[in-house]
Amino acid sequence: MSATPQAQKLFGHAEENNYLKCSSGIKSWLFTLDHKRIGIMYLIGVTVALFLAGIFALILRSELFTGDENFLTEAQYNQMFTLHGAIMVFAFIIPSIPAALGNFVLPMMLGAKDVAFPRLNLASFYLWMFGTAFLLTAMLTNGLDTGWTFYTPYSITTTTAVIYATMGAFILGFSSIFTGLNFLVTVNTMRPKSMGWFKLPLFIWSLYATSIIQILATPVLGITLLLLIAERVMHIGIFDPAYGGDPVLFQHFFWFYSHPAVYIMILPAMGVISELISVYSHKKIFGYSFIAFSSVAIALLGFLVWGHHMFTSGQSQLVTLVFSAITFSVAIPSAVKVFNWLATLYKGSIKLVTPMCYALSFIFLFGIGGLTGLFLGTLSTDIHLHDTYFVVAHFHFVMVGGTLTALLGGLYHWWPKMFGRMYNDFLGRVGCFLVFVGFNLTFFPQFVMGSRGMPRRYARYDPEFEIFHQASTIGAFILGIGILLAFGVLVHAVFFGRKIGGNPFGAASLEWQSSSPPSFHNFDHKIHMNAPYDFGAMVYDEEMDTYIQRDFVTPESPEVPAAEPTKA
Amino acid sequence: MLNLIGLLAQTESESLVPEAPAYREGSYWFPEAASTFAKDVDPLFMLIFWVSLVFFAGIVGFMIYFVIKYRDRPGHKVEKSASHNTALEIAWSVLPGFLLIWFFVDGATGFFNMRVTPGNAEQIQVIARQFNWEFHYPNGDATTELHLVRNRPVEFVMESRDVLHSFFVPAFRQKQDVVPGRYTYTWVKPTKEGVFRLYCTEYCGDSHSLMKTNVTVHNTQEERDQATFYPWEDETPIKNGQRLFNMKCSGCHNNTDVKKTGPGLGGIWGKTETLADGSTVEVNDNYFRESILNPGAKLVAGYANQMPSFQGKLNDDQIFWLRAYIKSLTPDAKIEDELNLPASEAREKVGEADGEKPAAE
Repeated sequence: MSATPQAQKLFGHAEENNYLKCSSGIKSWLFTLDHKRIGIMYLIGVTVALFLAGIFALILRSELFTGDENFLTEAQYNQMFTLHGAIMVFAFIIPSIPAALGNFVLPMMLGAKDVAFPRLNLASFYLWMFGTAFLLTAMLTNGLDTGWTFYTPYSITTTTAVIYATMGAFILGFSSIFTGLNFLVTVNTMRPKSMGWFKLPLFIWSLYATSIIQILATPVLGITLLLLIAERVMHIGIFDPAYGGDPVLFQHFFWFYSHPAVYIMILPAMGVISELISVYSHKKIFGYSFIAFSSVAIALLGFLVWGHHMFTSGQSQLVTLVFSAITFSVAIPSAVKVFNWLATLYKGSIKLVTPMCYALSFIFLFGIGGLTGLFLGTLSTDIHLHDTYFVVAHFHFVMVGGTLTALLGGLYHWWPKMFGRMYNDFLGRVGCFLVFVGFNLTFFPQFVMGSRGMPRRYARYDPEFEIFHQASTIGAFILGIGILLAFGVLVHAVFFGRKIGGNPFGAASLEWQSSSPPSFHNFDHKIHMNAPYDFGAMVYDEEMDTYIQRDFVTPESPEVPAAEPTKA
Repeated sequence: MLNLIGLLAQTESESLVPEAPAYREGSYWFPEAASTFAKDVDPLFMLIFWVSLVFFAGIVGFMIYFVIKYRDRPGHKVEKSASHNTALEIAWSVLPGFLLIWFFVDGATGFFNMRVTPGNAEQIQVIARQFNWEFHYPNGDATTELHLVRNRPVEFVMESRDVLHSFFVPAFRQKQDVVPGRYTYTWVKPTKEGVFRLYCTEYCGDSHSLMKTNVTVHNTQEERDQATFYPWEDETPIKNGQRLFNMKCSGCHNNTDVKKTGPGLGGIWGKTETLADGSTVEVNDNYFRESILNPGAKLVAGYANQMPSFQGKLNDDQIFWLRAYIKSLTPDAKIEDELNLPASEAREKVGEADGEKPAAE
């Protein structure tokens, strides 16, 4: 068989006129309205935030190598963990998958030219820059030592730069709202007529559910942070008991946003994993509608469980009971996804390339992160485990083992689409292995010391915890090296990778029906609608070293081979 | 980062945190169980642990099996299989739900055991402040370490003088936040004699990680009374002052000249301090007293106005004792002779000298 000349043009490696080269100069990036370029700028931004907050993490872990003072005073330690948390949460994890990967992929998955509001999209990126700049200003002026949660009344009385930091989080919140609004409208209005809700790729479902949370929950954070600033400046007496306020009210407001925000962080990751598992098993995703609805269920139930952060806060016992009950209900849609991913592997044809390694690693780590949530949703065990390292380990398994792993998997999956070049798959897998090993060594010991009673946010600790802290610190450096290698392999590929065609992995969703890198307009041809997981519609073309649609195989070829590739 | 580097010049002084008792292991996951709540927490923890492990082993086991069996290799093809199976999917959505209900009910039952105090419990008042604990017993004694009697249920009536704190004793499996502006309550019935660790586990500022003390569980009331008793009237004002300092002030002030949250109080007597507005003040009796009762009035430059007033919380005798102790921290300050007499006698001497009646406690 041979590909039609048209296919060469449409699905090949685009040297000229792709979105990276169609215009040049710094202004062509800073003022771009192209969702792909904005996605890339977001990606660079969140990666810088990841590395900065990651360095803070390594400094923290180094200090904790022994229980006594090594090189940080208590105050410096408190600033370090606060900045690590605040930058990771607000500047990295929340925007990471939606704003970086989602920006690039979402319109293309819909076969659209761009998002619905390109200017709003660019504004979102600039708000991200401003918000992050405010966070960094806080760091460079007076520091910040409240923890990323800004709990009152400490955040009212501390002398550190709380106002800069909360302004930063406030602005970053709007950045997040803009992205969410844009995605909602884009999905609703810009998909092709023939693409019904149940023909959307699952990544879109998860981003849609995420966007709902971003729009509905983030304003509450904005209001709360403004009230906190007003309390600090004008003593309006809403959170500060010295003026008749209630500090527990702040916790309710804060977690009303920040618990749903946990799902802003994990839902897009689950969406990425649904794509990866299906593509690299070369098999239709199992139980599409259950996965799709579970995203929506998680998003909605996520609004009703904020009180489980407050089981020991002094809130009423009846309320505590209700929050515990609802919390368990979130476990079910999460478990459904995992079971469906497993069933997708069944009888598939599994390629253990780098993105798939990350996807499998995700199932392992998210499995631990999710199951340990049961210990914390259960009331009596939570009373013991609350505010210990058990909680620290739990949410790192979900946020890092989950979201960061999925981000890396997604980057390895879509990188050839973004830059038209292939990475070194062997080194990619080595990076994945290091991340996996380093991560487990860092955080698993934290479960043990947590249940043995090690409290969170401690600069100094008692001798019985030392062995666990030391394992954790060693793991953190392995994790750091792994992440560095993972990004190194990707960056290397941009400049030195093998040039590659439009669809190297045989994926069926629409974003792969373009050249790599895509042209400025995304698609240079009329899109061929096919179901997002109909891998049979793709055939491998050796000459082009990529998959193309059957329609583009010349009719005179004697026999159309089965979809089965020999090589990716 | 600049300010962080600036802070490097600081050093820490000796800590008043009591030495950690040796860790007593109960099981791999838990310290030794020293209260009745261990039976509400540990078995349920292990139940969830084993159920989770079975699920996790199943998930990872199937994952590895599928990856090996269905790996991409020459000649291997995607086999035909269902793209969904409603009965199966409903089953794996609903069935684990029964386990969850079990966890919930069991956990809620334990939770109410941990939150409903029995009627015969003795009450101990807990005052949490940055960065230490203060315990007041029914007989009027007060300590910075907690002393309990084995097998006697005790209710803690807790208040915070500044920010959020949390009362956590791992060996008791009990935890409750201490919230400024309201009382919070918790209780335990200790079942083992020995010394255990008590942590603050809600982040409360600079020395949060040093806001820990020990809990000693005694066999009898007599032993407990002996441990908590302190003869205020028979000890010297300097010694009384030291005890009060450790209880009330040491969270934020060192007894050396090293700065903590507040200024170090060693060597400070008679010194001239510069205030935020540039004026100066000599540290003498009156400034000392004013700084306790109205801390914001003359704030030394470089410190935030964050010390709570002790108006109504320390009486005149106590301020006098504190003054005696702080004065003794300055080597060349003149220590009046009566400060080395028992407090009851010292009070009379001072009264005679001043020509007025000393304040009654």
